[in-house]
Amino acid sequence: MSTITAPTTGTPSKPRNLVEMNWDPITRIVGSLGIFTKIDFENRQVAECYSTSSIFRGYSIFMKGKDPRDAHFITSRICGICGDNHATCATYAQNMAFGIRPPSIAEWIVNLGEAAEYMFDHNIFQDNLVGVDFCEQMIKETNPGVWDKAQRTPANGAKLHGFKTISEIMTALNPFTGSFYRETLQMSRMTREMFCLMEGRHVHPSTLYPGGVGTVPTVQLFTDYMVRLMKYVEFMKKVVPLHDDLFDFFYEALPGYEKVGQRRILLGCWGSFQNPDVCDYTYKNMAEWGDAMYVTPGVVVDGELVTHNLVDINLNIRILLGSSYYDDWEKGETFVKKDPLGNPVDQRHPWNQTTVPRPQKRDFKGNYTWVMSPRWFDKRTGDHLALDTGGGPIARFWATALAGIVDIGYVKATGKSVKIYLPKTAMLPETEFEWKIPKWSNTIERNRARTYFQAYAAACALHFMEKAMKDLHAGRTKTWTDFKVPDEAIGCGFHEAVRGVLSHHVVIRDGKIANYHPYPPTPWNANPRDSYGTPGPYEDAVQNTPIFEENGPDKFKGIDIMRTVRSFDPCLPCGVHMYLGEGKTLKTVHSPMFGNQ
Amino acid sequence: MADVVPYGRVTQKPSPVPDIHVLWMTSGLSCDGDSVSITAAMQPSIEDVVMGAIPGLPKVHVHNPVISFEVGDDFIKYWYLAWEGKLDPFVLVVEGSIPNEKIKKEGYWAAFGTDPKTGQPITTNEWIDRLAPKALAIVGAGTCATYGGIHGMQGNPTGAMGLADYLGWDWRSKAGLPIVNVPGCPVQPDNFMETLLYLLYQVAGLAPMIPLDDQLRPAWLFRNTVHEGCDRAGYYEQGDFAEQYGSPKCIVKLGCWGPVVNCNVPKRGWMAGIGGCPNVGGICIGCTMPGFPDKFMPFMDAPPGSHISAGTVGVYGRAVTALRGITNRTVNKEPKWRHPRAELTTGYQPRSY
Repeated sequence: MSTITAPTTGTPSKPRNLVEMNWDPITRIVGSLGIFTKIDFENRQVAECYSTSSIFRGYSIFMKGKDPRDAHFITSRICGICGDNHATCATYAQNMAFGIRPPSIAEWIVNLGEAAEYMFDHNIFQDNLVGVDFCEQMIKETNPGVWDKAQRTPANGAKLHGFKTISEIMTALNPFTGSFYRETLQMSRMTREMFCLMEGRHVHPSTLYPGGVGTVPTVQLFTDYMVRLMKYVEFMKKVVPLHDDLFDFFYEALPGYEKVGQRRILLGCWGSFQNPDVCDYTYKNMAEWGDAMYVTPGVVVDGELVTHNLVDINLNIRILLGSSYYDDWEKGETFVKKDPLGNPVDQRHPWNQTTVPRPQKRDFKGNYTWVMSPRWFDKRTGDHLALDTGGGPIARFWATALAGIVDIGYVKATGKSVKIYLPKTAMLPETEFEWKIPKWSNTIERNRARTYFQAYAAACALHFMEKAMKDLHAGRTKTWTDFKVPDEAIGCGFHEAVRGVLSHHVVIRDGKIANYHPYPPTPWNANPRDSYGTPGPYEDAVQNTPIFEENGPDKFKGIDIMRTVRSFDPCLPCGVHMYLGEGKTLKTVHSPMFGNQ
Repeated sequence: MADVVPYGRVTQKPSPVPDIHVLWMTSGLSCDGDSVSITAAMQPSIEDVVMGAIPGLPKVHVHNPVISFEVGDDFIKYWYLAWEGKLDPFVLVVEGSIPNEKIKKEGYWAAFGTDPKTGQPITTNEWIDRLAPKALAIVGAGTCATYGGIHGMQGNPTGAMGLADYLGWDWRSKAGLPIVNVPGCPVQPDNFMETLLYLLYQVAGLAPMIPLDDQLRPAWLFRNTVHEGCDRAGYYEQGDFAEQYGSPKCIVKLGCWGPVVNCNVPKRGWMAGIGGCPNVGGICIGCTMPGFPDKFMPFMDAPPGSHISAGTVGVYGRAVTALRGITNRTVNKEPKWRHPRAELTTGYQPRSY
């Protein structure tokens, strides 16, 4: 429930009755987030939204002067649900800086661990956290009319997932008592066991190192992983149709629901799963080995793939201020003037960032955030684009589909879709799913892509298993390449954290860390207005959100806003505040469901 | 018939305390990794505890932001009720390091909810001050909350510390319990849930006072060293040491601190007996310890003394044990810059606050 404060009068041009409604904290996400809104109940619109989160830890500060080999152990602790993505990304940056290439079986082991992370994390987030927004208890409290319809609507995939109607799916999603909720919670444990087989411990791995892994490749290791993987593959054959049924129902039951959380198609993906046959971790070959990744990196603007070149992606990252509690570094030290290919590196690039915190009172008209505004510079237009990750999967699929490169038997990018092949399992026949590029970048499609990506990760894992066992059977079981830490070096790592783009940039001097800046997905998604006045992605998404909830101000849950925020899979430990400009007039959307309410 | 208690019903008597609330704050300087960890626990699982699957316990109401159905005021109202003394009894679980809010003029490092009067965030420390006197027990989940952890590293800008540094090492709850520390980065899932289960047994009158060591850790979980529970200790005994990562042998020369670190993970595994640290090829970086991380860095260098003990392996006994005892005492101490005084002594020199 929200806090209701006094109604205020809105924009000068057209008086509106706005009611302030606040939710602090937002739950069922990772980290601390508060949402402050002004709602126009007469026109069923969100008029304004401020979003805040409340911690600062200072990784970039306390990592200075430390041994560069420690970077992956330290940065794992940034995030408690995808810490291993940070550790992995840090080892990628270390490998580049130290000039090492791990043995191939080490890369397959890391890929298998990271695939298990996607399988686990999307699974628990989708059905134990997001799923609650679609469960019986929630639907009854927010949209009794939708609950009535759900009871009358048969589920198309009933034969596969076993739920006859949409309402049965919703009941199964009830927290703790719902059968599907309990099944996914248990599945999230089995997938974490798979993770622990490859990376030692969840969520901060013990067996990752620059140069490879400490995991001992044995027949037993892969057997233990494989039997669990195939159980998950069978589970996916039920889960994908279950979510298609649920999400399709929302478009049908609430005409206009595609507008919820919709924003311009501005998606970033930094690529995932290295191919050890191609990846040598040198900067000069980065475009080539970036293209060889099993999730293709790319920037998608208005449905067009602007680039899939990792060098291009790297050089055009900009970190802007505007509303954050930091001093600027425009006149600070320039650590990296040119990249190893001779291209100039901007002062606002993470390699050159200097973090100087200045704690102060929160002021929504001034500075109100610990997070900066990452942008991607589009040299075609000169725009600093506020890319989002859509919570990860939608951007990964969109970039991979358009690039049309990935083709490994289990998954194939077609140019307009991504096909996923799952082999026969104990109880179900072989199955093919196809994720097709959707019409919108919105709340429902972000969620739908998440489910399909769970299947994609499982399919990729089948490929990695084959490759790893080939190495094992051939006796190629060395998992680590020795190295020396250079006195002076730079490195960068690109990866996909579960919820989207992840980069690590390191500068080494005198054998110590001179500068280190990780950029996880949530700063990209949940940032405030930047110095150019460009709002962050949540801002667009929430601004465009019409209200379909049946409750008035007295019992308002803000469910459509909650679904939108959660569709980005927020992970706030990086500390995020967000602000939406005042008095934006939003397009009015009337739902036929609600009549005169 | 109610007075007839048939054989086997001894633990099925209703708990003398019918209901208990667990208020779980993730808003220290944390990564939420300990909350995520408890969703992995199976011995017991969170649903075992919440759904009443274990006999004799009170009804447990867990208020944790990562899994809660409620949002906003519906969620935070339990914190206000507890502050007003209307939610009794409750256990306060804290996750994340406690920042030092006294080292700067204004603003906040960590906050939870918004003060309705000022519109400013309510600091996590303020909530701890409000709730500590009313809590039946306070539990630190993970190494950040217990001892300061990674965010209490040398050179940190926030002056981060552990709960006992903040409240005092001799702090006692109104029920006479010391702070209960369950360290680990993150906390081993079953270690935490088992500790919570023990406290619930204690509340129900089914267990005596929880046994804690001098670092306030559950003694049965942290009594032994990593090395004592490691299945690679046989290689150590034979003086057969790994020279590179990926070897199945003892990795003490590659940076493993197992011989002096109190932790049961190699013995228990990470989940369902799977995974761990040195037992599966990951060097022990001492993540359960008060001295973590600084006293173990650089992590990939061989710990001082490991060569000595590796060399004297043939002459087992008191000498090695004594040497290890000294090192163990050192890494069981936090660095001196973790304190609640109104000054930052981590080495970072702020120009801006």
